[in-house]
Amino acid sequence: MRNLCFYFQVHQPYRLRTYRFFDIGKRHFYYDDYNNRITMQRVADKCYIPMNKLMLKKIEELGNKMKFAISFSGTGIEQMEVYAPYALESFKKLVATGNVEVLAETYSHSVASLMNKEAFKMEVAEHKRLMKEIFNVRPKTFHNTELIYSNEIGADVAEMGFDLILTEGAKHVLGWKSPNYLYVNAINPKLKVMLRNWKMSDEITLKFAHETFKVDDFINWLNSLPKEEEIVNIFVDYETFGEALDASTGIFEFMKYLPDAILKNTDFKLVTPHQIVEKLQPMGVFDAPIPLSCRDEERDLSNWMGNDMQDDALATLYGCFKEVKASKDEELMRDWRALQAAENFAAMCTKHQGGTPYDYYINYMNVLTDFINRMK
Amino acid sequence: MRVLMFGWEFPPHITGGLGTACFGMTKGLAKNGVEVLFVVPKAHGDEDQTSVRLLNASDVTVDIDHETERSYWDRVQYMEIGSNIIPYVGPEQYATMFEEQRHATRGFHSSVFAPRYEFSGKYGANLMEEVARYALIGSSLATQYDFDVIHAHDWLTYSAGIAAKETTGKPLVVHMHATEFDRSGENINTDVYAIEKRGMEAADLVITVSDWTRNIVIEKYGINPDKVITVHNAVEPSDKSLDEYERSGLKNKVVTFLGRITYQKGPEYFVEAANKILQVDPSIHFVMAGTGDLLQKMIKRVAQLKIGANFHFTGFLKGNDVDQMFAMTDVFVMPSISEPFGIVPLEAMRLKVPVVISKQSGVSEVVEHALKVDFWDINGLADAIYGLCKYKAVNDIFRKEGKEEVDNLKWEYAAKKIKNVYELAINKN
Repeated sequence: MRNLCFYFQVHQPYRLRTYRFFDIGKRHFYYDDYNNRITMQRVADKCYIPMNKLMLKKIEELGNKMKFAISFSGTGIEQMEVYAPYALESFKKLVATGNVEVLAETYSHSVASLMNKEAFKMEVAEHKRLMKEIFNVRPKTFHNTELIYSNEIGADVAEMGFDLILTEGAKHVLGWKSPNYLYVNAINPKLKVMLRNWKMSDEITLKFAHETFKVDDFINWLNSLPKEEEIVNIFVDYETFGEALDASTGIFEFMKYLPDAILKNTDFKLVTPHQIVEKLQPMGVFDAPIPLSCRDEERDLSNWMGNDMQDDALATLYGCFKEVKASKDEELMRDWRALQAAENFAAMCTKHQGGTPYDYYINYMNVLTDFINRMK
Repeated sequence: MRVLMFGWEFPPHITGGLGTACFGMTKGLAKNGVEVLFVVPKAHGDEDQTSVRLLNASDVTVDIDHETERSYWDRVQYMEIGSNIIPYVGPEQYATMFEEQRHATRGFHSSVFAPRYEFSGKYGANLMEEVARYALIGSSLATQYDFDVIHAHDWLTYSAGIAAKETTGKPLVVHMHATEFDRSGENINTDVYAIEKRGMEAADLVITVSDWTRNIVIEKYGINPDKVITVHNAVEPSDKSLDEYERSGLKNKVVTFLGRITYQKGPEYFVEAANKILQVDPSIHFVMAGTGDLLQKMIKRVAQLKIGANFHFTGFLKGNDVDQMFAMTDVFVMPSISEPFGIVPLEAMRLKVPVVISKQSGVSEVVEHALKVDFWDINGLADAIYGLCKYKAVNDIFRKEGKEEVDNLKWEYAAKKIKNVYELAINKN
């Protein structure tokens, strides 16, 4: 039997309010509460609740044959606790079945792994603590923000005690190799590396909205894979179901029939990532000297860093890590986490059409100035 | 004496110094016994079919409860001509803005950076056409009213002034608040230049807002020096005190640039000077308030210099926000490359904010208690700002003496000089 592994990301960042120069030093509240609340509640109603219900039903029907993984960001959980506690309850129920592996990640969906090792470790430690508190689990598999990965990041993750990491099966790194095998980190071979099959993952997120994509298409594709390939990893945002792809597209029906069809019509079974490490032997080294991600055609970091605004904002933010840490102030720590969200830097990206990267930078820097000012 | 005045903006709907100057000037004239018929182009979203609105005092949203204001409105009649003429915009920019608005889509709206002009759609897409329309309506208006002299402010209204002179034979005074060279550097729009030149040639007398501008008018437009008279702008005294406003929440000094972020205002020099100062004292904060075509470039430069944590942008400010900004400011800077006058430093001084101004500004001719540097001298600019931030003695003197100095620059006095110009023009005629 070959292995098919589904893993999902559940995440919401804190959206910032319009924070003007005049607010600096006077008002220390940075968030657009209204927007954060309605977004969380909309996503809970359209996606989390119906999708959890569906997955729970599949687990009831298929028992131990129905397995998958979820990665929760800390900021997502925090907001769910406040704005949609009913959704959090439903996730707890799902995790309690034992059929769902909870992954480790950064607390704030941050790019700390690229900026400051100590800050990165703190992010991971805080996330670990939260997973224990909310779901009473100890994640063993690590997944970094937007699948950002390099040999060094892998080595850091191994140092933190993980033996498996998930990242993007980026073509420019893989070359002729297939993503459908287990690999190891180039610096520390104790860390196993599992790769996202982006072609098939994108098929679900992108193609589904525009053309007909049926359960049969997916099954045919699985059956067309070379028989020796051992594992296929499908990784999509949980918000794809019902939020990004509206229920009217038929995405819920697709997910309802897909597990049965896989089990019945292919030689694949559904597994969680960590089951793989226990079972499979790695096929070689996944060598990524330059950081990669799962974003854009380039699969590089340009969504978050590289332009002057992003670099200034990141350098300023991580430049005050020592002070934040030394402060031991819980309120500062909360804001520090929210300000780290990768979305802040993606909003300053000038590669794409639309958006207001300049306004965003100004606003973010005003907030950051106040934040730094509070520590003086 | 009665004057027919063509302007292009009037409080409270203003985007720059000219509206404020016109308001102060007409008030000053009223005090000197001159009656004013004030005509402005303006596009309302909800216009009726008549192209001219005669406004009563009650229609204009300025504070008229004041007793002195009332006597002012007895002497001023205010008219609006339906038009898309927009202040501080050249023909090319006008065309771009018009197109942009036509294509404006949702989702691109920026909430922080304000002023958006609403084109009513009733008028032309071409600024020159609008200028001609304004002239046409202006001249027909001139035949309906009785007055002694015509006074036109800046090139947009010169055609109207000339037309009014031709139809009525009354003397024309044109007022140069800014020249095309101030707005565009050496790459001038020749059509605008031609209108300015024609306006000054057709005028009986030309008023310039500074000797700086007077020199440009004589040298670059070849206007006979005998008919060019400088009348410096003034500023309305204010009984406002900064105590009414919030002070800055920052524990450090705040240095402010406030104006349109365009070539003329020299924003680049402010950014570069800020960078120099931050190398020495990383605690000082800088604010660039305003908007303009160089805004994005400035943001990029600030990010590139990695000084974003100490350099802030506020977008366009008006009304109370301007005073609020001054209340949070320790040093005000106007590094203009070519500033015909520059009223903002006076507004800052009036509120006891010490200022650094460029020597290439008209205002530097009238104030003593300000540090003056060449706009291109970034080191000098940095020195002056740093000194005012750091050395209390000079700061204290400037706050005190500067305020006193500005309080004596009254529109009443400036208007008296303008009245003299009117008399000269009438006698000449």
